[in-house]
Amino acid sequence: MSYYMLLFFICVSCSNESVDTYVPTSSPLQIPQLFQDNILDPVVPINNPQTVEGIALGKKLFFDPILSADNTQACADCHAPGNAFSDTDRFSDGIDGFFGKRNTMPLFNLAWNYDEKFFWDGRVFSLEHQAFQPVTDPLEMHNTWEQVEQKLQQHSEYPKLFEQAFGASTIDSTLITKAIAQFERILISSNSKFDKYLLNETTLTPQELNGFNVFMDETKGDCFHCHGSDKNPLWTDNIFHNNGLDATFADLGLGKVTGDPADNGKFKTPSLRNLAFTAPYMHDGRFTTLDEVIDHYSEGLQNSPTIDPLMKKVAQGGVQLSAQDKADLKAFLLALSDDEFINNPAFSNQ
Amino acid sequence: MRNRLPILVFSIITLLSCGSDNDDNVSQANVTFNFNHNWDGSVVTNANFNTVQYTNANGEELSITKLRYLISSITFQKSDGEIIVLDGYNLVDVTNNANLSFTPTTTIPTGTFSKVLFTFGFNNDANYNGNYPDLNAASWNVPAMLGGGYHFMQLEGKFIDNATTETGYAYHAIRAVDTTGATLSFEDTFFEVDLGEVTITNNATFEINMNIAEWFKNPNTWDLNVLNNMLMPNFNAQVMMFENGQNVFSLNAVNQ
Repeated sequence: MSYYMLLFFICVSCSNESVDTYVPTSSPLQIPQLFQDNILDPVVPINNPQTVEGIALGKKLFFDPILSADNTQACADCHAPGNAFSDTDRFSDGIDGFFGKRNTMPLFNLAWNYDEKFFWDGRVFSLEHQAFQPVTDPLEMHNTWEQVEQKLQQHSEYPKLFEQAFGASTIDSTLITKAIAQFERILISSNSKFDKYLLNETTLTPQELNGFNVFMDETKGDCFHCHGSDKNPLWTDNIFHNNGLDATFADLGLGKVTGDPADNGKFKTPSLRNLAFTAPYMHDGRFTTLDEVIDHYSEGLQNSPTIDPLMKKVAQGGVQLSAQDKADLKAFLLALSDDEFINNPAFSNQ
Repeated sequence: MRNRLPILVFSIITLLSCGSDNDDNVSQANVTFNFNHNWDGSVVTNANFNTVQYTNANGEELSITKLRYLISSITFQKSDGEIIVLDGYNLVDVTNNANLSFTPTTTIPTGTFSKVLFTFGFNNDANYNGNYPDLNAASWNVPAMLGGGYHFMQLEGKFIDNATTETGYAYHAIRAVDTTGATLSFEDTFFEVDLGEVTITNNATFEINMNIAEWFKNPNTWDLNVLNNMLMPNFNAQVMMFENGQNVFSLNAVNQ
């Protein structure tokens, strides 16, 4: 009998211990087919898995001005769903009426930012840490985390929602940013006309097709080296470049973060998705139209020590596109805009 | 006791199954390939990037701002003709100090190999018949109008041109394609690098050297004032890169 006992204990010793813990409802990201087929899986931290309750909480927080010091400004005030979660203003103003110095970045497909460097200058690692910044930034919500935590803890709804999302009775900044990051990760844009073309669900006009060729042609637009291709549905390399905006820099961008002069004037490549909704353009919102953007690469390049070698024909101002190629390129770029994304009720304050 | 013996044996096996395996098989070896870079003998890492400090065979001063390249089809060949091709490929990314060391998942038997080879770039089968999410995510693709597939190398930087202006160059290697005809016409520009005869007695680390200066040197003295950008659709430039690439790689050591 003692041998049977020994066998029982051996078997038990090989199994994992079981401890009752609260587990919210898992809600894995729904990966679009073109993403599944062509690029690496999204980045979801193991300490912040996607859950139904966490996403719902993050969404409520995203649209709630309670995060700001005077309860007047929510994340969504600068990241408007109808503008692909960007701001139509060149610079966004905070609760005190002060303006930042960079254009609000749109929010979509953030889980595929593999290096996890966020903001125009890449100063923050991880989406969770990104969400920490606007709340306390004096130019934005100008709050303190102590105040935010206190307000949420005393709120009639939030304590229960945090309990449901994280099994926690104490609300803290870590859980707040985790919830917001979960909501931001579901902001997936994958239903543009060009996506549907690649899925054989629609056709492109001859102008759009020629525009795509201009985009992919190294002797014309040569956009693909930084903005990806039909094989990379992100339409960005998520890397930092100096794209020839200025000869000298009022804003050092990545260079201020790294301290390396070789990084001066470099900013993150933005995705070309949803350009129809995200004007103005560039890190400082200097261009109000897509035509101005295309003209910049065609004739407006400014040389500087850190300009990217891929910015060719700098001495001539750029790649010198014809008027027809410019128009076609613009038509193609607009085909990357995703109306279903900006009208998705799951992403709006409903 | 006879009745209890099977239970005891089972118990011992069960106990052992809880432990980790520690089977050393001396007849199979892991191989690692380390990629080191120099400019005519001076070590190059990303710490040396972004400063004009090198002079090519044509006398042009230049810097490097980006260097990444693809190697694939690592092959061990025995004198009796037996060939072992290791799975996988590696995108060496000097800019980000990434993938400078590559250990294929496949092991090889110990013994003497008359040749150890790897392919610079992709052969045509790998280039056109595979869809590689990691390479797509790295925007490593070649446009369909140039035949599709993938880059073999991206070497970028600045050089001092004839007007003493700092000018960008983008030395991008792909399969050579002639776009002037009604249909695309290709010439293979991937190449095998033969590291010579190697005897593997244990887990081994190959120290591979790339002399970056060779891309500009032999047999074609590269004139950056003429060939600095838009080189992907330039058939002759791609063939010249292929020719100059023959002397770029060398085996420094095999440590085991």
